[in-house]
Formats: sequence, structure tokens, C-alpha cells
Amino acid sequence: MTPALATAGLTKRFGAQTAVDGIDLDVPAGAVYGFLGPNGSGKTTTIRMALGLIRPTAGTVTLLGRPMPGDLGEVLPRVGALVEGPAFHPYLSGRANLERLDAADRFADPRTARRRIDAALDRVGLLHAAAKRYRAYSLGMRQRLGIAAALLMPREMLVLDEPTNGLDPQGTREVRQLIASLGAEGVTILVSSHLLSEVEQICTHLGVMRTGTLVAQGRADELRASRQATVRLATPDVAAAAGVMERMGLSDVATADQSVTAVLGDVASEDVVAALVGAGVAVRELVVNRARLEDLFIELTGEGFDAGR
Amino acid sequence: MPAAEPVGLPATAISAPDEAASDLQGAALAAPAPAAVAQPAVAAWLRLLRSEMRLMLSRRRNQAGLGVLAAIPIVMAIAVKIADPSNQHQGESFLASIVGNGFFVALAALVVEIGLFLPLAIAMLSGDAVAGEAQIGTLRGLLVVPVPRTRLLATKYVALVLGSFLGVLVVAVAGLVAGGALFGLHPVATLSGTTLALPVALWRLLLVVLYVTAFLAALSALGLFVSTLTEQPLGATVAVALISTTMWILDSIPQLGWLHPWLLVDKQVALADMLRDPIYWPTMRLGLLTDLAYVVVFLLAAWARFADKDVSG
Ligand SMILES: Nc1ncnc2c1ncn2[C@@H]1O[C@H](COP(=O)(O)OP(=O)(O)OP(=O)(O)O)[C@@H](O)[C@H]1O
Ligand SMILES: [Mg+2]
Repeated sequence: MTPALATAGLTKRFGAQTAVDGIDLDVPAGAVYGFLGPNGSGKTTTIRMALGLIRPTAGTVTLLGRPMPGDLGEVLPRVGALVEGPAFHPYLSGRANLERLDAADRFADPRTARRRIDAALDRVGLLHAAAKRYRAYSLGMRQRLGIAAALLMPREMLVLDEPTNGLDPQGTREVRQLIASLGAEGVTILVSSHLLSEVEQICTHLGVMRTGTLVAQGRADELRASRQATVRLATPDVAAAAGVMERMGLSDVATADQSVTAVLGDVASEDVVAALVGAGVAVRELVVNRARLEDLFIELTGEGFDAGR
Repeated sequence: MPAAEPVGLPATAISAPDEAASDLQGAALAAPAPAAVAQPAVAAWLRLLRSEMRLMLSRRRNQAGLGVLAAIPIVMAIAVKIADPSNQHQGESFLASIVGNGFFVALAALVVEIGLFLPLAIAMLSGDAVAGEAQIGTLRGLLVVPVPRTRLLATKYVALVLGSFLGVLVVAVAGLVAGGALFGLHPVATLSGTTLALPVALWRLLLVVLYVTAFLAALSALGLFVSTLTEQPLGATVAVALISTTMWILDSIPQLGWLHPWLLVDKQVALADMLRDPIYWPTMRLGLLTDLAYVVVFLLAAWARFADKDVSG
């Protein structure tokens, strides 16, 4: 299947600084792709290049099977986008702002504009504030309006740059649900965030940026599995249990009072349990600890505030 | 887009989704895109232009600007009215003719406003056109809709020209109304000594309005170009106002006669030739050619600049 978005050697330099450094993005059709990375790691710059807003210094972008920005006119009508946060005319109402964007769309039927605009506003829970001026919107309402703009037309793909920025926990949850439901409908979604925890539950695929390079990419479950899983056993028979585990090929077996920990490696946890029981070890509790993606993320991107350049 | 309406449904946890609607919506969005149907090209473009005009005219600042443009002829008419009649200086100027005929308020106001107020209005509008949208970020929203860049630029330019026409028209109409109310409208004595019936004179006034609009259209092209250079609308506005004012100053220095033919403003006062009998065209023809040259050069420059500009605001 052709990927919804693929880049090859995509590079953007701003003067001496290389903001995006030869990345090969691969967003499969139908994926909900979490595009992660700390502030300043190049997510927005990549998205801008993908949408033809800025020209790559080097490399190519293929969006929905067509080259960008060459086929921009044919491709972008099929893509809804929110880039670098919402941006609207402050003295127009939310609805008037959407009307303006709809009027700019050659593919939008003016006869259905009102209905589509209401549907988009409703979908992000903003219908009640549609007549309010944008300048009077709260940060969360602005973000919602930005998402609504991406939903004005039926889309094959959505590109959402930090859609949960500035939303309260309830709003974040709602946007997550919205993305998940759109994803379930078959829309390919690229959603960027600097918080893994915000998108982890809904993403089928992940890509992790660090200072302009793509340091990890793939199916979320595979990335998760690539992490060493550990096992912790609670038992009174510490020595016997440790022996069984070592014989099965588990590494880093460590014993403590009433518990044994080890790195699981390729061994299936159910086999460990069977072997332990077979050897007469009393198994009180066995916990498999698949390292949270969060740890991987922090490992990949570095902790703290070292990302900004 | 027939048949492909996303049906409204809040995805919020608060409101319980309606199953039927949910299915419908799923169908609409998941649809392997019913080949998108473009709207008729002209209708689609007119829709964008209308939206652009609405944006321009709904802005309070622009409404206030129109008010200021309209206020000048009113102030002029009142000033002449309350001035000591024995103090009225005689001469060729439109201002001097006002007492006898309110019609001249419109012309006098146009001559006055062409130097500063109208160019300033264009400077403001062209600052908004590209730089303004870049600054608040709405430019990227339009570009990803997508609006092809050439089309966006063309729409912005046509909107500026329509805005120019509206501004000039407002001055002329306010002048006629104020002049008519205070001095009455009468057949117009031409600079050639003949007299034009009022309806004929009004047609001549419309030609004057169009001539001034052509000047502002040329200034708009320059403004649009400046607007693509920056993301600071105020910077673009100041630059355009400075350029226009500088041209007027240079044009008033006789020693720079060699430069005058190249200045956009040089032939603008020739609008008075419209009030000769018959109309004296040669100077205005040169003026229109200058306008055209400015339009072509600066629209091309704006296009060259904007066509692959990085939009990262
Ligand atoms: N127009 C520009 N001119 C110069 N440098 C730029 C420009 N745009 C981005 N950069 C630089 O490129 C780097 C990447 O920026 P980018 O906005 O892509 O990061 P990001 O991953 O989106 O960050 P965030 O999470 O904060 O949104 C930053 O160091 C930024 O300063
Ligand atoms: Mg960003």
C-alpha cells in the first residue's frame, strides 16, 4: 500500500542551522501517526514542508502518492491541516472565519457551506460559541476552531500540529477521542505533540524527532516491544526460582527478600510461569514490566530542556 | 461535493452520540474520497473575492478610514461656507469655484486627498493584504486550503483595486452631497470657458473617479509587492506611505524635472483636464501609461517574490 506521506532525505536549513536533517518519514495510509519530539526538534518545519508552505533545502515529499509541492493543487484538497496552532482573524466570529476558509476552497460547494460549517463546529463542541469573535475565544476554543477548519470537508488525511496545545484535561481527552474516532473511520492522521502521554493511547505508529533527525519510527507496538521487558516474581522460594530463570535463559537475574527480577528477553512469560510451577516454586505474583514508551521517548530525545537550539 | 456531508456530531464525552448519525458520518469521512468535484472556476473565484471584500469592509479600522475620506469634503464645504465671503480668493482653483457651485467640492476634495489620504488608505489596505495575513498566521491557513499562490495574489490585488474605487467614489459622493447641500449643484463652467449641463458634468466626475482609481491601482500593485516582503503589516503600510509621499515631494521640485516622468504621481493632477471642453487627453494618457507600467512591474515583482516564498509565520 502506498504510504499517505513519505519523505526522502527531507532537509531544511535556516541559514547555518539545520532544522530538519535528512529525514525519511513513512506514514502508512490509515495510520494514526504520532509525530513526537521536544520543542524545536523540527516537527512543525517538517509539516510545513509536507504541506508546501516552505521549500525543502533538499529531499522530496510524497503526499497521498503525489509529489509536493508540485501537485499541491490536487493533493491538499484531500488533506485537512492545522499547522503551528490556530490562526484566525481576531475581529471575525468563529463561524465567519470558517466561512472565509470555505470560500477559499475551490472544491467546497457554497450551497452546503452552512451545513458543513455547523457540522465541523459541532464536532469540536464549539457550536454554542460560533457567533463569538475569535479574539474573545479562550486558548482551548481557538484550538478547537483550528481543528474544525481541518474538518470542513471530508478528508483522506489530517495533519494536526499540536492539536491539544492549551487544552484542559477534559479538552485534551475530547480531542483524543475525536482523533481516535476519525482514525477509526479510516482517515490517516498525522498528529504532532511533544508529550508522548497525550497521543500514546491513540497512535498506531510513532515517529520521534530529536534536533532535526528522526531517531525512531515504526508501529507503536513494535517500538514498545523493542524495549526489554522485565519480570518480577514474588515468591518465598527465591533461590529455586532464580535457578529456573537462569536455566531458561533470562538475563540479569537478581534476587531480593521474597522476590526475583530478571530481563525476559525472547522468553514468553507464560513459559516462565509453567517452568516455575513445574519446578515446584510457589508463585505468589508475577509481573511483566514492558517498559513504558515514555521511557523510550525520554531515552531517545534526552531529558530536560536540552532540546532547544 | 454531493453526498459527502459530514453530519454534525459532537465527539465530546458530554453529549451522547446518536448512533445513526455516527454511522453516516463515518461513511462520509472514511469514504475513499468521492472524487472531489471542483466548483465552476469563475463562481469559485468570485466567492473568494467576495469573502476578501467582506473581510476588508467588515474591519472597523477600514470603516473608520472610509469615514475620514468622506469627512474631508464635508469639512472643506463647511469651511468655505463659514469663511468670510469678502475673503474668498479668486482664481482657477476648484476651491475658489465652490461658492458658486457645490459640484466643485467633489473635485477639490479629490485633488486634496490624492496627495495623502487616499495613498494612506491604500498603504493600510496593502499592508493587510499579505503581510497582515502572514503576521496573524491566516496566510498559511489559506495556502493549505489550498488557494494557489497566484490566485491568492490576484484576488488580493483585485480586492485592493475595488477598495480603491470605493474610496475614491466615497470622496466624490460625499463632496457632491456636502457641496449640493451647502451651495447647490449647477451646470459646470469648464476650464475652457464653456458650460456643461449637470448630467454631463457628473459623467465627467465619474471619469475623474476612474482616473484616480487607476492611480491608486498602480499604487496598490506597489503596495502588494511591499506586502510580500515582510510579515509586519505596519512596516509595509509605512513603507508605501513614505514612497508615495516622497514621490509627491520629488514631483514638486522643479530641478528634478528629468525624474518627473518616472514618478507615478506626476500626471495625477491632470485630472483637471477632464473639465476641459473637449476633454484634453494627452497628459492623462501619459498618466494612464505610467499607471499601467507600475502595475505590470510591481505585480510581476510581487508574484516572483510570493510564488515560492517560505511561509513560516
Ligand atoms: N523561519 C525560521 N527561521 C529560522 N529558524 C527557524 C524557522 N522556523 C523554525 N526554525 C528553527 O527550526 C527549529 C525547528 O523548529 P520547529 O518549529 O520545526 O520545531 P517543533 O518541533 O515544531 O517545536 P515545538 O514543539 O516547539 O513546536 C527550531 O530551532 C527553530 O528555531
Ligand atoms: Mg511546532
